Amino acid sequence: MRHDVRRPQRSYDNLGVFTVEVTVTVNGAEQTHDVEPRTLLVHYVREQCGLTGTNIGCDTSSCGACTLHLNGEAVKSCTVLAAQVDGQSLTTIEGLAQNGEMHPMQKSFMENHGLQCGYCTPGMVMASISLLDENPNPSEQDVRIGLEGNLCRCTGYHNIVKAVLACAAGN
Amino acid sequence: MIPAAFDYKRASSAAEAIALVGEYGDEAKFLAGGHSLLPLMKLRLAQPSVLVDIGRLTDLSYIRDAGDHIAIGALTRHMDVEKSAVLAEHVPLLAHAASHVGDPQVRHRGTIGGSIAHADPASDLPATTLALGATYVVEGPNGTREIAAGDFYQGFLQSALAADEMLTEIRVPKMNGAGWGFQKFNRRAQDWAIVGVAAWRRGSESGVALVNMGSTPILASSVSAAIAGGASIADAAAAAAAEADPQADLNASVEYRTHLAQVLVRRALESAS
Repeated sequence: MRHDVRRPQRSYDNLGVFTVEVTVTVNGAEQTHDVEPRTLLVHYVREQCGLTGTNIGCDTSSCGACTLHLNGEAVKSCTVLAAQVDGQSLTTIEGLAQNGEMHPMQKSFMENHGLQCGYCTPGMVMASISLLDENPNPSEQDVRIGLEGNLCRCTGYHNIVKAVLACAAGN
Repeated sequence: MIPAAFDYKRASSAAEAIALVGEYGDEAKFLAGGHSLLPLMKLRLAQPSVLVDIGRLTDLSYIRDAGDHIAIGALTRHMDVEKSAVLAEHVPLLAHAASHVGDPQVRHRGTIGGSIAHADPASDLPATTLALGATYVVEGPNGTREIAAGDFYQGFLQSALAADEMLTEIRVPKMNGAGWGFQKFNRRAQDWAIVGVAAWRRGSESGVALVNMGSTPILASSVSAAIAGGASIADAAAAAAAEADPQADLNASVEYRTHLAQVLVRRALESAS
């Protein structure tokens, strides 16, 4: 079977570096950039799109600080190439609030003090939203296992789990 | 960490991907979910000069009942294997093992075909499909061929795949109600297994394979032979490491791995019996 695949536009930038063109819908708005094929999604989002809410933690797909949503699902953006997401849709932590209203998960993290230093928080919030999308009524154990891909180096897990459970319960 | 520079091509069909990789030979790699390859490239342990992205070949993402076996497209993601109702009914061991791969974010991207083609002895799905007696279907410039899981793994990260061959389908025999057990011993939730075991049993028939007990996934045939000969689970499990050749690393000595294999095989067989 042959797929109707968007061909990346290939060119060289003014330093002679080979680039491909990627068009990505980021937080609802379409953006087009030339990137080197080796550009990681997290660097694309932070440096090309200027959205620095997505953090780089371990850079080895362990810690989850760089978690964002690709087509609505949590992924670790340090282990995806920007070129792979050409034509697809991203949501970052900056895209969650609507009309100045925080996303319920953000509110729940705030109300339950689901953070200490805050570095893991954007990734935790993005992973938690994806978790509830897949399992709207998780047990405490489901939340702990569901967040296995996100490390809080402050070890503030107790309130993070509380925040996710409170969000799931709608309060 | 940033990979070394490479050229990027996106394939629109399996045939095109195979032809593209064929042009560059050993210099090129297929890129599926990227969750085995990209970490190696970031560490510069792999430096392919061309990546052929096969991530858009969505016709290779499927799970189908094919009579005596379940056919799984190579680009099926771990999350889809984990949540498949067809697999839950006919090959529950594989669905369960998939739920232990990495973490949810990894399972949203990583594919069963990528994991098997990568041939990492520490990965869960190569050993699990080996225990289940799976057959891998591969496509190359001269057509397709089938490789038994038992003949596929040839060394550390080395498989029977030629550079221009692509794994396209995994055929897993139905378990037909066999009992099963999956044991993964690690120190942190998302880690690779220090030692892992996938096992099924139907009376005197069984299949047992070990994760991270050698340079390839290991089929513990001595355990199955002992079970077939009427041995108790404890006695059969004592032979767990007979085929293994474990290495020492930061996590475990050879002796500790051997001990773990025996304990975990016993537990897996207890839950399978």
